Amino acid sequence: MAKLEISDLHVSVITEDTSKEILCGVNLTIDAGETHAIMGPNGSGKSTLAYSLAGHPKYRVTSGTVLLDGADVLSMTVDQRARAGLFLAMQYPVEIPGVTTSNFLRTAATAVRGQAPGVRQWLKEVKDEMESLQMDPDFAQRSVNEGFSGGEKKRHEILQMSLLKPKIAILDETDSGLDIDALRVVSEGVNRYKAESAAAGEAVGVLLITHYTRILRYIQPDFVHVFVAGQVAESGGSELAEELEADGYVRFTGQAVPA
Amino acid sequence: MTTTQILNPTAGPTLGGPNGLAAHSHVGGRTVRTSGVASHLHPVASSDVADHPVPTSKSELWKFAPLRRLRGLHADAEFTVGALTATWDAIDGVDVRVVSGAAGRALKGASDYLPTDRVTARLMEYNPDTLLIDVPADSTITEPVVVTIDGADASIAEAAHVLIRLGDHATATVVLKEQGSATVAHLVEILAGDGANLNMATIADWAADTVQLAHHHISVGRDAKVKHSLLTFGGDVVRTAVDVDYRGPGGDLEMLGLYFADAGQYLEHRIFIDHTPPNCRSEVLYKGALQGDHARTAWVGDVLIRAMAEGTDSYEMNRNLLLTDGARADSVPNLEIETGEIIKAAHASATGRYDDDHLFYLQSRGITPEMAKRLVVRGFFHEVLNKVGISSVIDHISDTVERELAISGM
Ligand SMILES: Nc1ncnc2c1ncn2[C@@H]1O[C@H](COP(=O)(O)OP(=O)(O)OP(=O)(O)O)[C@@H](O)[C@H]1O
Ligand SMILES: [Mg+2]
Repeated sequence: MAKLEISDLHVSVITEDTSKEILCGVNLTIDAGETHAIMGPNGSGKSTLAYSLAGHPKYRVTSGTVLLDGADVLSMTVDQRARAGLFLAMQYPVEIPGVTTSNFLRTAATAVRGQAPGVRQWLKEVKDEMESLQMDPDFAQRSVNEGFSGGEKKRHEILQMSLLKPKIAILDETDSGLDIDALRVVSEGVNRYKAESAAAGEAVGVLLITHYTRILRYIQPDFVHVFVAGQVAESGGSELAEELEADGYVRFTGQAVPA
Repeated sequence: MTTTQILNPTAGPTLGGPNGLAAHSHVGGRTVRTSGVASHLHPVASSDVADHPVPTSKSELWKFAPLRRLRGLHADAEFTVGALTATWDAIDGVDVRVVSGAAGRALKGASDYLPTDRVTARLMEYNPDTLLIDVPADSTITEPVVVTIDGADASIAEAAHVLIRLGDHATATVVLKEQGSATVAHLVEILAGDGANLNMATIADWAADTVQLAHHHISVGRDAKVKHSLLTFGGDVVRTAVDVDYRGPGGDLEMLGLYFADAGQYLEHRIFIDHTPPNCRSEVLYKGALQGDHARTAWVGDVLIRAMAEGTDSYEMNRNLLLTDGARADSVPNLEIETGEIIKAAHASATGRYDDDHLFYLQSRGITPEMAKRLVVRGFFHEVLNKVGISSVIDHISDTVERELAISGM
């Protein structure tokens, strides 16, 4: 069973002339089958945490460890992490001109599964997942994320999660920019994968970064963490999310959060 | 039926000297100097070689080109009867043939073209055979006309002339495939009649020792639609200038370009689009990739929108992808507008390396860095290739791109 252990993680962002510490000792353990929600003010470092786990070159880990089932994640390349079972649904998925979505998905699945999926079974798999996410089949023929609306990009991220079947899924604001119907469709997609992976004995661990409790009504978190100034400031259950929604982050930051 | 014919079998000009060209009204020693905007957008147009001094590296139009590697083509290298051949399969309804001597001379400048540089003026004076691709008015040819031009000897200077002529309301697809070893000056004239619809692609995939100075002239008829794709891959030095003018309103031109320069290669594309009649459209998209030491490319896109050209819709874009250190791409879009009554006039150019965020996104899905780069480069090219609309060309270029990627071990 999968386990992601983040211990005392310090990360700096590398800019042209300086480097600035964003994560200041993050501790978090996600076990198989658990769903952890992370909530925190803008700029507190939530995306930095997500990107650092995925290995984005812009961020430098200065100390701490990240273990996936005991294996040292930080010494792996970006693609190795993905093949080891980490998946990041990005807050702002990039557009890649000229690379068709179908080609991209198949290349990724081949890489992660270690062999090319059979053509017929693959096409059915993609078609079924796209249908459940209410994505137009035409998307497969378009360039990756190009011209996709905000909501379409997020569905595409969840589509990739369903196809790549990670052990640990990090969802960075997958709910942002979704209308209420899309939110339900996307949440159902996540829940479907949670159930499927559990049934297969490989229950996914989910790290869900969000600003809103509305997604937590669809995807039940087992833990809620308040993230402030590059650290987990407090952890609790869903009641913590309700408190944050009602009162904001004042109790943790000592100041009102800009609306 | 496949026909192969040696181009240029006659020894040099058969009619008179440099000024013995009066028989043909388009060429007859006429000199046009456009006054007004004084810029390189308006070089001297003249069939008189003497009007075109030998260019130097200080000449605006030649400042990027490695003149010393041109084997004198730009200066006075003597044209000789060469080894260039043209091969094509006969297609019903299209007249493809080689026209020599006086009849061939009468076809030089048939697209209402006067040379704007020395090499083309010399070519017209020399009067190589004309490979004529003639599509009669009102006919629709569905199958692509494919002509392969093959060089066999880079040690001699040769000249070649191609004329693609579509009658009014004719529709056709034409592919020129250039390959082999040559030192060649090349003039391709494209005459699209009123309401005609031409899709043409030129694949310049020469052997590594080839030097080519090419000039394409496109004359777009009233309400005609022309798609012109230029795909440059092989050769030591390949420089192609494309001049476009419109003979009436409603002309619609799409220009697509792809190039891939390897170590030591020099590839240049120069475009000049002259919007004179109103309500014409031009859309230009060129993309290039470079890899290896001293891989060099230059792209210059000039668009002139004259005072009368109201309702012009013009867009040009050049993108270059530097795959390794040591490569250099110059990109110069120019826009000169003399009227405000236009729909759009936009130009842009960008040169850069891989986008880290593209690579990160792909790798974060388990794709190896090598494969991610390969996908990005393929995607970069396919964005243009998908618009070419000729399946044999798309297949050919896809293979060529894979071959190029294999060079850098991708
Ligand atoms: N490339 C960068 N260059 C400079 N600063 C950066 C860079 N990336 C992140 N930062 C800074 O790091 C801090 C944390 O950013 P991060 O994106 O992780 O916040 P976040 O918690 O995800 O915010 P949001 O809720 O707005 O998504 C911010 O102050 C941000 O400005
Ligand atoms: Mg964020």
